[in-house]
Amino acid sequence: MTGFLEFVKGCGRQVVSGGRAYRLWIGALLALIVVGGVAYAHQARTGLIATNMRDQVSWAFYIGNFTFLVGVAAAAVLLVIPAYVYQWKPLKEVVVLGELLAISALTMCLLFILVDMGRPDRFLHIMPLLGTPNWPRSMLTWDALVLHAYLFLNLTLVLYLLFKTYRGEHYDRRIFLPLVLLSIPLSISTHTVTAFLYNGMAARAYWNASILAPRFIASAFCSGPAVMIILFQILRRTNGLPIKDEAIWKIAELMSYAMFVNLFLLGAELFKEYYSATEHLLYTQYFWGGIGEHRTLVPYAWASLACSVIAFVLFLVPSTRRNYVTLNLGCVLIWAGVYIEKGMGLIIPGFTPDTLGEIYEYRPTATEWAIAAGVFGIGFLVFTMLVKIAVPILVGTFRAPERTEAPSQSPAGIPAH
Amino acid sequence: MRTSRLALPAAALVVLLAALARASPGAPAAPSAPQHAPVAPAKPAALIQAEPPPFSEGIYPCSACHAEQKDRTRRELGFHEEQQSVFDHDSEHRWCLDCHDYENRDVLRLANGDQVPFTESYRLCGQCHGDKYRDWRAGVHGKRIGHWDGEKTYFLCVNCHNPHSPRFKGVKEIVVDGKRTTAPTLAPMRPEPRPRRPDEMRSPAPASGAGR
Amino acid sequence: MTTEKRTALPVVADAPLDPARRAFLRTAAAGAAVASMSACGVNLDDFLRRHFKELSPEELKRVLAKVEQRNRDRFGKETKVSATGARPGVEFGYGLDLSRCIGCRRCVYACVKENNQSRSNPQIHWIRVLEMDKEHGVDLARAESYYESDAVPRPGKFYFPVQCQQCRNPPCVKACPTQATWKEKDGIVVIDYDWCIGCRCCMSACPYGARHFNWATPTLPADELNPNQHYLGNRPRPKGVVEKCTFCVQRTREGRYPACLEACPVGARKFGNLLDPESEIRRVMETKRVFVFKEELATHPQFYYFYAT
Repeated sequence: MTGFLEFVKGCGRQVVSGGRAYRLWIGALLALIVVGGVAYAHQARTGLIATNMRDQVSWAFYIGNFTFLVGVAAAAVLLVIPAYVYQWKPLKEVVVLGELLAISALTMCLLFILVDMGRPDRFLHIMPLLGTPNWPRSMLTWDALVLHAYLFLNLTLVLYLLFKTYRGEHYDRRIFLPLVLLSIPLSISTHTVTAFLYNGMAARAYWNASILAPRFIASAFCSGPAVMIILFQILRRTNGLPIKDEAIWKIAELMSYAMFVNLFLLGAELFKEYYSATEHLLYTQYFWGGIGEHRTLVPYAWASLACSVIAFVLFLVPSTRRNYVTLNLGCVLIWAGVYIEKGMGLIIPGFTPDTLGEIYEYRPTATEWAIAAGVFGIGFLVFTMLVKIAVPILVGTFRAPERTEAPSQSPAGIPAH
Repeated sequence: MRTSRLALPAAALVVLLAALARASPGAPAAPSAPQHAPVAPAKPAALIQAEPPPFSEGIYPCSACHAEQKDRTRRELGFHEEQQSVFDHDSEHRWCLDCHDYENRDVLRLANGDQVPFTESYRLCGQCHGDKYRDWRAGVHGKRIGHWDGEKTYFLCVNCHNPHSPRFKGVKEIVVDGKRTTAPTLAPMRPEPRPRRPDEMRSPAPASGAGR
Repeated sequence: MTTEKRTALPVVADAPLDPARRAFLRTAAAGAAVASMSACGVNLDDFLRRHFKELSPEELKRVLAKVEQRNRDRFGKETKVSATGARPGVEFGYGLDLSRCIGCRRCVYACVKENNQSRSNPQIHWIRVLEMDKEHGVDLARAESYYESDAVPRPGKFYFPVQCQQCRNPPCVKACPTQATWKEKDGIVVIDYDWCIGCRCCMSACPYGARHFNWATPTLPADELNPNQHYLGNRPRPKGVVEKCTFCVQRTREGRYPACLEACPVGARKFGNLLDPESEIRRVMETKRVFVFKEELATHPQFYYFYAT
């Protein structure tokens, strides 16, 4: 661990230095965080009544964001599999950025859970040994377990890889590869367990469908990497990060398959609900067609579908996939589509109508928007700082002092055999 | 970097010690809360009649007026307008003296001529309404308060059903001879206020001394 | 790790702290932790407390005394908080006669008074009375719980009160991540309000909408406080925890009827020990048409609906 303090100091220097655009970006994020912090102080003081959640709709905006972000975190695996299972070199160089995205997304997930809890001061009660977790029956304990495991695994991998590259040393495959391969089932597990959290509730017919876990994985894979595609283009231009076009296009191609599966599973779900037309149809109907004059979510449902379908076409057709304008448009569209589908489009219809048939139409309050903005600010800040440290290491401009005489030009982490 | 090398094991040790301080033998799958000494098995429950029958004010004892009996023929009465105007208890076939004893108006009469006091009016009701009566005796029909495993207080049929207009409409508390009792009403009951809708519960209530 | 020789980096090593300084720092850190926690309203004893089911009798006595003290601080009143356990040989059953309920809601408010619920913002009712059409039967899509009228029952309607069903296979107990809610031997599903973390998994899991959340600090006037309390029942709750019907555990474990039963003017509510062949509830189960709400979910409630006629 020699030189670790120097590494930490160097990271600090990387984070605080930057051009005007960088400072503006950081400033904007800090402003969001302050807004969120003030709003959270208000919520902590008055209670969750500051939100619009009530007994009838007891999970809403925070949990919707949490669900979407768990999917984004799981999506790092879409880079890991081609890079380390299929040994595809163009992606191997940039897998670590996917893991950084996972870390940031997981941070946001845990924060959203924290702001949604009625008694966050009692978080010890869920921990093993110090508390009494209801393991293995409660899905939330599994969720806490795999999310933290995945977070720490990613942190370990990233720290190890970056520190080694910083020192110009080769990483030990025997340590690194098993951990990376472990991250594949662990990442699928995080999202499957989150799906099971909803799926297991017999009281909520909208969620109590076996198709939920496959839908979660499909929508995770088709939305998470969209951030990576846009980020890679930015980094290529600003930091000279050597990412080949074919790496980006391969990610887009894999995403298009995931998009197809996502749309197919949605179609299967809609068929079952509308064709069998049991009482359970009511929840799906609320989302897509409204019930009586209760139609708040209907425009969002159709917008989400439109975004997902257009994105699918843009990603599927090779000419639009390779055109960066249409590709980036597709990325924005798929994020919007899945954000709605998996966020509010999953949570709210599960509660509307409620278990006794009542319809309470939920809309987030200003407090909820502010707190969510603050959490996203923290997540983006974490991601920005991590990327600000990682990219110079990968590119070779941030190295251990005694290594600057013999710069290693090989891209990150590839053991020079 | 000795301090940094020691930091991680030290933190782990603190966590472990805290855990040991908390840990108890056996997971909390133990059965229910520490109990008080078990209560002695219940004796056969006592059944106590509820408040007095809900007489109208000053109407009892009936013999104060009905000292001499003269006319048994079925007719419209010149008195007891309160009961007569609402009477619909099989009014086509029944009238007052089918239930009220001709000789002694302070008691009721059964079909075979036996007399029963007003506090046992259920025996009279039970002649025709046998299934309700049996359910009432078991506590399934009608109201009881008190203890599920001990003394109960039961209500008479007439505490809820006006014998002259028996279909249930409502009940209210009245005072008879200085004692509170339950009496049937002629008008249906008004429900208590509806619950608040979720959007009617907005900001927290202003902090009052008692509420906080 | 590569093993080539390196010149040592000019790292400024921390001078080792002398023991006195280290002890001071440790105490200061602990003191700061305690101070910051109490500033946030977190008591160190409460923070390090163990689960209710793990408490020794002495610890339980201390916990109950602390609750009574908290009541004194909050309401200025003396209260008696007990933790009576389940009686052996008792399995509670509740019967609700749908042919009798007139929808007057007296049970709802009797429960509120007995169990010290928040009166407004949020207004918490453990019982919810649904008005439904006789023509359509039990159809939740048409149910209305906000009915207002000058007179009940309204023509063509019947009334269906819903509260915690004390399921034998409770989805809420399965979902709770901290074991803050569990089923006792007499069947009552209880909540330790000092253990609940307010995640509301149980509320999502409950098919009957029976669990309610303290979205803010409960508003409870001191002069309406019911001083006879049970730790797992009707003691005043803090903000941010879940609560629900407990079959009036503070009454029923002393052998009394629940408050809702005694308030009902038509005797539509029946309660007793299902294991006692002489009880009213057994008589109901054996002779009446009994059904269970949302039976397809296999929750096996200890709350039964029946038609006496």
